[in-house]
Amino acid sequence: MSTGNAGPYPGELLGELRSRAAEIRRRVVQMVYDGGSGHCGGSLSVADILAALYFRELRLDPDRPHWPERDRFVLSKGHACPALYAALAGRGFFDPADLTRFRHLGSPLKGHPERCVPGVETVTGSLGQGISAALGMALGLRRKGSPGRVYAVVGDGEMQEGQVWEALMAAGHFRLDNFTCFVDRNRLQGDGRTEEILDLEPLAEKLRAFRWHVQEIDGHDMAAILGAIDAAKRVRGQPQIIVANTVKGKGVSYMESVPQWHGTAPPTDPELATALAELGAEEAAT
Amino acid sequence: MTGQLAFWSPGEQVSLREAFGRVLCHLGETRSDFWLFDADVAGGTGAKPFADRFPGRVVQFGIAEQNMVAAAAGFAEGNCIPVVAGFASFLMMRAHEQFRTAVAYPGRNVKVCCSHVGVDVGPDGATAQMVEDLAVTRSIPNVTVVVPADANELMLAVPEVLDLDGPVYMRIGRSPAPVVFDRDHRFRIGRATVLADGRDAAIVATGTLVARAVSAAETLRREGVAVRVINLSTIKPLDRDTLLAAARDTGAIVTAEDHNRHGGMGGAVCEFLSQHHPVPVEVVGIDDRFGTSGEAEDLCRHFGLTAADLVAATRRVLARKP
Repeated sequence: MSTGNAGPYPGELLGELRSRAAEIRRRVVQMVYDGGSGHCGGSLSVADILAALYFRELRLDPDRPHWPERDRFVLSKGHACPALYAALAGRGFFDPADLTRFRHLGSPLKGHPERCVPGVETVTGSLGQGISAALGMALGLRRKGSPGRVYAVVGDGEMQEGQVWEALMAAGHFRLDNFTCFVDRNRLQGDGRTEEILDLEPLAEKLRAFRWHVQEIDGHDMAAILGAIDAAKRVRGQPQIIVANTVKGKGVSYMESVPQWHGTAPPTDPELATALAELGAEEAAT
Repeated sequence: MTGQLAFWSPGEQVSLREAFGRVLCHLGETRSDFWLFDADVAGGTGAKPFADRFPGRVVQFGIAEQNMVAAAAGFAEGNCIPVVAGFASFLMMRAHEQFRTAVAYPGRNVKVCCSHVGVDVGPDGATAQMVEDLAVTRSIPNVTVVVPADANELMLAVPEVLDLDGPVYMRIGRSPAPVVFDRDHRFRIGRATVLADGRDAAIVATGTLVARAVSAAETLRREGVAVRVINLSTIKPLDRDTLLAAARDTGAIVTAEDHNRHGGMGGAVCEFLSQHHPVPVEVVGIDDRFGTSGEAEDLCRHFGLTAADLVAATRRVLARKP
């Protein structure tokens, strides 16, 4: 098994991406507060991955969201959309002021992502479907000879859906090397620990058996995330999956690894203040 | 090779799935915008001739329909139309939520074409006989539901289905069925066709029941009862004008489909007419039962889907006319 190779990434780049991740996290907590409900825990665990993708990796044009040559990103664990919306707003797809209307009637920023949001490639929220849609995109890009790559994030709990394994088997069969998937391995799901509810281990071995190139990293180590993406892009003849070990609720002390912060109750006023203070402090420390 | 599409002659017995393969092959010569998505059943759906002739335009997903339908949603972009073909029970029913959420909700340009619908399936029995497909597809927003009546109409429908920008569910029959329409038939999505006129009652039929409706009307005509026969080849959106005219002109409607009497085409007609022009309606279909094994013709008799059953239903509805 390969581990994420940090690579020679400039401190300035890493600092910028960590700052973007902190911004995503602050916006996540504020959004769930403003929206009155939502999923904090899994949005916070995936923030570093999204920061790396949206602020370094993905070839996108916010002025032309449907540019045919673009890379695609699918958040298969669609309930973590606050993090996706924050990343898209930060990347310039829409006005960050719109984030205050998360989950409000009439807002495009619904409880789960939809294509009416500029930059969102496909509807997700029904677990297991996003990875299949991403697979379809990768197949389509390959058939068209497009240089675009497809990235997806699946939740670890989501991997209990049988459809995920259909998609994994198909991607390995098709040798889709334009397809890179992350597993947000935060080890918690709605009702508790993944290992108690339906054990996924040995996850990396299963993924290798399904013919994927597998890396395991610390999903909050920005250099490791970049190194894993760069290593994945060099792989030929295989789809690549990066098992990112993460902490659900990462960055907010009272949310970290606490199942109840899966969703959907919002933080109270004092909880919001504490979270924003901690996340601001996190950024200052980077 | 871009030869003429060869139609069958009215009265011939032809399976709609044979027509499906024929028209896909024909269209494959002239248009490059569609791909066959298969879950290891191209032999059963009739698509195999296309798969054999255009192997590079087939995406083989194996026996994994849920992945296939959601992947079709991701694939359908620009000039790539997935034609997802399978058996209704295992494609539309198993992957129904994928069809609803990944395909229909965002309005993806995906065509799901299912063979093995109703008791027309024959000996495979209830597991393969989907008698609920019209109910579960027409209740999804954004979806167009097309049910060709015979092999020729299916070949005319497929290019229209491909040209419609949006999700479509289309039924394909399995067993040989009489050809009703000739090559000059005009098929349009959302438009019913009137095969015989009459003002005593109207039989609104869909799929392979259309031929039986024509036969029933001939029997009744000999008895002096003038029955209008309507081929409702689009279940959604309904051809409201044709249905309203039939209700106004005849005041008595019989619906006929190879589907559960609950939730199918008859249900759609009743939902519409009860609000806009209520008249007595007799709904002919499978009486809320699962299918069973047997030859298709025998099953039609067993489940009450023959021309004689339509004649009896017409007499019942005539007796209910005020």
